[in-house]
Amino acid sequence: MNAALLTVAYIVSSTLFILSLRGLSSQETARRGNLYGIIGMATAVVATTLCADLDAYASLIGALVIGAGIGAVMAARVAMTAMPELVALLHSFVGAAAVIVGFASYLGPDDGHVGSRTVLLIEILVDVFIGAITFTGSVIAFLKLRGSVSGKPLLLPARHALNLAMVIASIVFGVMFVQAEGHTGLTPLLVMTAIAGVLGVHLVVAIGGADMPVVVSMLNSYSGWTASAAGFMLSNDLLIVVGALVGSSGAILSYIMCRAMNRSIWNVIFGGFGADPPPGAAKAAAAQPVGDVKEVSLDQTAEALRAAKEVIFVPGYGMAVARAQHAVQQITEILRKQGTNVRFAIHPVAGRLPGHMNVLLAEAAVPYDIVLEMDEINDDFPRTDVVMVVGANDIVNPGAQTDASSPIYGMPVLEVWKSKQVVILKRSRGAGYAGVDNPLFYEPNAAMLLGDAKKTMDSLLGKLRGE
Amino acid sequence: MRLGVPKEVFPGERRVAATPESVSKLRDLGFTVVVEHDAGLGASFDDAAYRAAGAEIADAATVWGQSDVVIKVRPPTLTEADALREGATLISFIWKVANPELVERLVARKGNVLAMEMIPRTTRAQKMDALSSTANLVGYRAVVEAAAHYGSFFTQQITAAGKVPPAKVLIIGAGVAGLACIGTARGLGAVVRAFDTRPAVREQVQSMGAEFLEVTLQEDGDGGGGYAKEMSPAFIEAEMALFAAQAKEVDIVITTALIPNKPAPKLWPKTHVELMKPGSVIIDLAAEQGGNCELTVKDEVVVHNGVKIVGYTDYPSRLSGTASKLYGMNLVHLLTDLGGATRWNINQEDEILRGASLIHKGEVLPPAPAINPSPAKPAAPAAAKPATAAPAAPPAAAPAPSAPSKSHGGHGGHGGHGGASGEASPAMKWVGIFLLAAWLGLRFGVTPDAGANHAGTAAFLQHLTVFVLACFVGWQVVWNVTPALHTPLMSVTNAISGIILLGGMLQAKGDPLSAATLLGTIAILLATINIAGGFLVTQRMLKMFRK
Repeated sequence: MNAALLTVAYIVSSTLFILSLRGLSSQETARRGNLYGIIGMATAVVATTLCADLDAYASLIGALVIGAGIGAVMAARVAMTAMPELVALLHSFVGAAAVIVGFASYLGPDDGHVGSRTVLLIEILVDVFIGAITFTGSVIAFLKLRGSVSGKPLLLPARHALNLAMVIASIVFGVMFVQAEGHTGLTPLLVMTAIAGVLGVHLVVAIGGADMPVVVSMLNSYSGWTASAAGFMLSNDLLIVVGALVGSSGAILSYIMCRAMNRSIWNVIFGGFGADPPPGAAKAAAAQPVGDVKEVSLDQTAEALRAAKEVIFVPGYGMAVARAQHAVQQITEILRKQGTNVRFAIHPVAGRLPGHMNVLLAEAAVPYDIVLEMDEINDDFPRTDVVMVVGANDIVNPGAQTDASSPIYGMPVLEVWKSKQVVILKRSRGAGYAGVDNPLFYEPNAAMLLGDAKKTMDSLLGKLRGE
Repeated sequence: MRLGVPKEVFPGERRVAATPESVSKLRDLGFTVVVEHDAGLGASFDDAAYRAAGAEIADAATVWGQSDVVIKVRPPTLTEADALREGATLISFIWKVANPELVERLVARKGNVLAMEMIPRTTRAQKMDALSSTANLVGYRAVVEAAAHYGSFFTQQITAAGKVPPAKVLIIGAGVAGLACIGTARGLGAVVRAFDTRPAVREQVQSMGAEFLEVTLQEDGDGGGGYAKEMSPAFIEAEMALFAAQAKEVDIVITTALIPNKPAPKLWPKTHVELMKPGSVIIDLAAEQGGNCELTVKDEVVVHNGVKIVGYTDYPSRLSGTASKLYGMNLVHLLTDLGGATRWNINQEDEILRGASLIHKGEVLPPAPAINPSPAKPAAPAAAKPATAAPAAPPAAAPAPSAPSKSHGGHGGHGGHGGASGEASPAMKWVGIFLLAAWLGLRFGVTPDAGANHAGTAAFLQHLTVFVLACFVGWQVVWNVTPALHTPLMSVTNAISGIILLGGMLQAKGDPLSAATLLGTIAILLATINIAGGFLVTQRMLKMFRK
């Protein structure tokens, strides 16, 4: 087979990938979009296998089969609540693959590339650098999301200087690598990879748990750019196109997440959220609303839900952790049967992954047309009878609007306190992920229902059924 | 800060910019509120009620001359404009194209002017969108007026004394006012039909319980961004034939077609009026702009061949209490976004405040860049030929494309759709910087051994072109993704980025035991896990989304 055919296959494949992203723009077309992606990938792989003069078919097919097997098992087993971890882990594979391809490209026979060796070496460098950051960053993100590493941001002194030093060191070793003769550049390349790896670790370790949606989408973006860099290195347009698609998609997601938190991307990456309280914090603590945090019993909650005409659920990460979505769905069904208008309000950064809550609710078979975004539902809180906050905290914090000293000041939040009654399901009276105290708990119309979200929801379900 | 509420002086205007309820909210925002003597009388709020809410009562000169902010309903008269304190802020309807002299006088006051009709019609601005809140009232009142002038029941009645058929109502233009008409007329039991050139509003019309009329000719009147565009002459002809057929059947016609700052399109000529049954009623909501019906006389009821043609223009004032209340709340929301009295800032970075700013610090601002469909935009193409058949919305409303989203909250959201154009510019800057850097690098970085380099540079630039174009495609495509699908999007893109697999494949050739081949094979393994895992888990997730 010839190169022209290969090019045609690549064009078909790129188009399918674009259609795939396009298809994901709405629920109706999303499954088709995924299918396009699969066909595109299959086209690319088959065409490359047949057209590019490959010979090591045994190892190639072996790797494909084993990899597909592992991937399929992972995909089939993962719980929907663990999606963020899986996504982060998969990102790390792309990063690792990119680093390895970079090395292979350096060590392998230099044939395919047209043009100067310097350009090739620089491209290898870029590929390996981004790949290494993606790899270690994703591994750390994975560990943080799984809880193996503390979600609290680790902030070393002079960390900006440290980052800068690492970037400069990478550049220095990069220059040494480019200037090295033959294959003697391997050592500087390895050193540079190691530094980039540490940089990846350091960048992600410094980011707090509440910012995880941004980090995951940023790593998503990186994994795209690294594929693009590999495309430059191997003179392969398909890699470039696909990498750029993925890269810009991740970048947009990060941007949307940041906007949802009213913070700039730099602030997220270099800010260390919730770590150093702003100067006004002490004063704010003094100005803490006086009053008691009320508690409410299961019976009272069930009673309130039965009497309500308008109910809104506000799910947060706590619901994901406790896997309470099914109980929530069943409660929803009972309430809807008795004629109550039940809806869900989703804050853009609820959970640990963009769109996390939507996936969980979909898993529990909550119809997606009653799951609304913040902007769609925020004005409806004043005429809502009961708001159930399930494992969310910072996204319903009125301090974001009123308390200029709060670290989350200015972040758009769900205005649950405007409703007639707010019931907050929470494990303890502690602060949220951002470490910010929540004045909502002191509001006269708010009350806490303490306990594990899943257990509480199950008992509540029992009460509602037992009428 | 002192906030002044003058009495509306326009003849027949009975609304007021603040109610006792909104006064207390304004006071919560930190304003000292000064209300002109008897300002709320037309809307049934007396001075005592305002005093009870914490306002001061003063005369017109004090309100105009000593307030930092003045809020109003109608555009001020020239005398009023001159009375505004120098450097103060005025918030009101202005209609700058119709009132150029007023704008000049206001500029001379060296302050700020926010025009209520210029508030962008985005989702976030809905709570301040006085055009929509007014249009809703107008639509309701139009039907009530129609009922008052119509000599029969709206609903079908079967009585011992005989059968009364239901009234048939035709509504032209399904903007906010049109939809409100449909709802009200349906509520009274009438059979309602609606016409609009945009097929996209069919669903909204039908969801309100009306029949959506269509001409046989297929032409999409959607001019993009929810606006009607000008239709072809063939379409207009078909439309007129449709109206003629309807004229013989319907008892009530309500027209809501309007082109901002231009005479209203004539959709209901004299011949059509003559086709109608005696006793029928035409409510022309475009009367202020000349009327959609040929026989409309502004502010009067004309009877032609037994058909009553109602040309009132003061519908909001006919519901002055509620109209004032809603307008007052629109203003409270706007003043909240302005920071209240304590953090007062007409932030020109904020798209809503920028959009509404007609005059800032004594200077007329150029029209704000369109964020979402801005009301001014469709005027230009439509104005070119006044024969357009673009039913939009009533006088007080201007075209109303974005508003129905509120009444139909069930639609899946498009969180980022407005961003595509707005956010592109910083991206352009970065792309520009990147290209410049790439060019510099190539120009100065790799000059030696020119022969081999030439081909290399060309190849590199070719790849760069592909790269940049792909970035833009990705950028455009991804903005449309609904937030609910962000997780599947991420896992799909994640699977797709496993395309790095090809890199491994291209390396894994030649000597099976060479370092390159071994590394390539590992890369293939990792990438395949990624691809299989990503696609399958996406498949699993998407299966769960259902209505």
